[in-house]
Amino acid sequence: MMNKKPPPDDAPGAAVTATALTVTRGSRTVLDDLHFTVETGQVTGLLGPSGCGKTTLMRALAGTQAKVTGTLDVLGHPAGDPRLRHCIGYVTQAPSVYDDLTVRQNLAYFAAVLDPGRRATARRVEAVTRALADVDLTSHADALAGQLSGGQRSRVSLAVALLGAPDLLVLDEPTVGLDPVLRRDLWNLFHRLAAEHGTTLLVSSHVMDEAERCHRLLLMREGRVLAEDTPEALRARTHRPTVEEAFLHLVDAAGHPATTPEERTP
Amino acid sequence: MTATATPARPTAFSAARTLATAARVLRQLRHDPRTIALLLLVPCVMITLLRYVFDGSPGTFDAIGASLLGIFPLITMFLVTSIATLRERTSGTLERLLALPLGKADLIAGYALAFGALAVVQSALATALSVWLLGLDVTGSPWLLLLVAVLDALLGTALGLFVSAFAASEFQAVQFMPAVIFPQLLLCGLFTPRPNMHPVLEAVSNVLPMSYAVDAMNEVLTRPGVTGTFVRDLAIVAGSAVLVLVLGAATLRRRTT
Repeated sequence: MMNKKPPPDDAPGAAVTATALTVTRGSRTVLDDLHFTVETGQVTGLLGPSGCGKTTLMRALAGTQAKVTGTLDVLGHPAGDPRLRHCIGYVTQAPSVYDDLTVRQNLAYFAAVLDPGRRATARRVEAVTRALADVDLTSHADALAGQLSGGQRSRVSLAVALLGAPDLLVLDEPTVGLDPVLRRDLWNLFHRLAAEHGTTLLVSSHVMDEAERCHRLLLMREGRVLAEDTPEALRARTHRPTVEEAFLHLVDAAGHPATTPEERTP
Repeated sequence: MTATATPARPTAFSAARTLATAARVLRQLRHDPRTIALLLLVPCVMITLLRYVFDGSPGTFDAIGASLLGIFPLITMFLVTSIATLRERTSGTLERLLALPLGKADLIAGYALAFGALAVVQSALATALSVWLLGLDVTGSPWLLLLVAVLDALLGTALGLFVSAFAASEFQAVQFMPAVIFPQLLLCGLFTPRPNMHPVLEAVSNVLPMSYAVDAMNEVLTRPGVTGTFVRDLAIVAGSAVLVLVLGAATLRRRTT
């Protein structure tokens, strides 16, 4: 494997550091002066209600978001640096694959973009085979992506992101619409990637029970980071039995009126 | 990847990535045999129809037929490319590709290569049918007709790629066809020689690339060998295609709101 790194304990430090990160869309401030870090080799959960800015934050990390101000360092480079295109796997919420290609043809194309040339053929075949196995789609390899179920298509999209063995995986709601067995399998995969390859994962979800599976959590609300801690520390600090209740407690404590982000003025 | 792998640097242009993209576009088309059949057969049917519409005046068929052999590939490639690129934009695959080490030139050239290859087949069929079976009478070489047709297809691909950036839906993309193609069709000299038009329209037709595509076809129709005018017309069509491709590349943004 490429990008083999020592286990997380020996490699402390942040894969992502944000300072005064602000994103505007039109006249609206979507992310408002965020300060946070994402630790190397850990699974960090990005949680918060729909519309709180999770996707915008992930797009900023992947370098596809315009109008980003403040500092956002990713793996030692500013977000969006061309050198990062090999090191980040970004999976959007809606699966971005070619519906009129088979699963294997999809993966083969993206593999050829990452690792082009005839000499890399064997390496690409291996990467495609492994990615298919990782997301449990080997038996559907020759089916058209457009004919798969929603959950299967999102796993094809995830498999594309796994191809280059990236150092940082940014996954936007990867488990939506999946049955409990597949969700468990994917979370096991996330932890295996972190433990065995030192991959840093940032996984968003609005399902709070998935928070318990993360090493660390970033709780967001209305474009701001509400809390940044381990699930245990969050529960202990707020004296609540679950992360969900801890989140609600933090919302109440922050004294936010229950407004939607659209109603906020920047 | 193995431990010996050094990832290829992101570069402005990579032949391997361009070829991979072209192969991918063709592979997508292969899963859609009906589109391929329409692309290849419709020009042949139209040119056959035209031959018998002008059954009594073979001279008219020669003039219009030769021009249409240049216009068909331009229109079909415009439509196919604008829809294909629009789908790439709306499906999120464009955003994904631009977040990967793929040069914009790789993507554009990949599309141009794939649809260019398709245009060669389409034009070869229509030209062969016209010259050998329908009795289209050209003074120059039929190979020159084919060359112009392929360059026209490239121009159509370039225009389609460019306008897809301004279309938010398939409905809008299809509407760009009359908006971008029809004025050129009216002014290109197909219906009446360009010098016979109102001077203002003639001036407009002088800056539209399709005019030179039709002029080039007429050169092949009426003169033996490669003339200076023919070379100039070809250069203008090819130059326009490259210019519009570059403009198309400029519409691909890695960062979007």
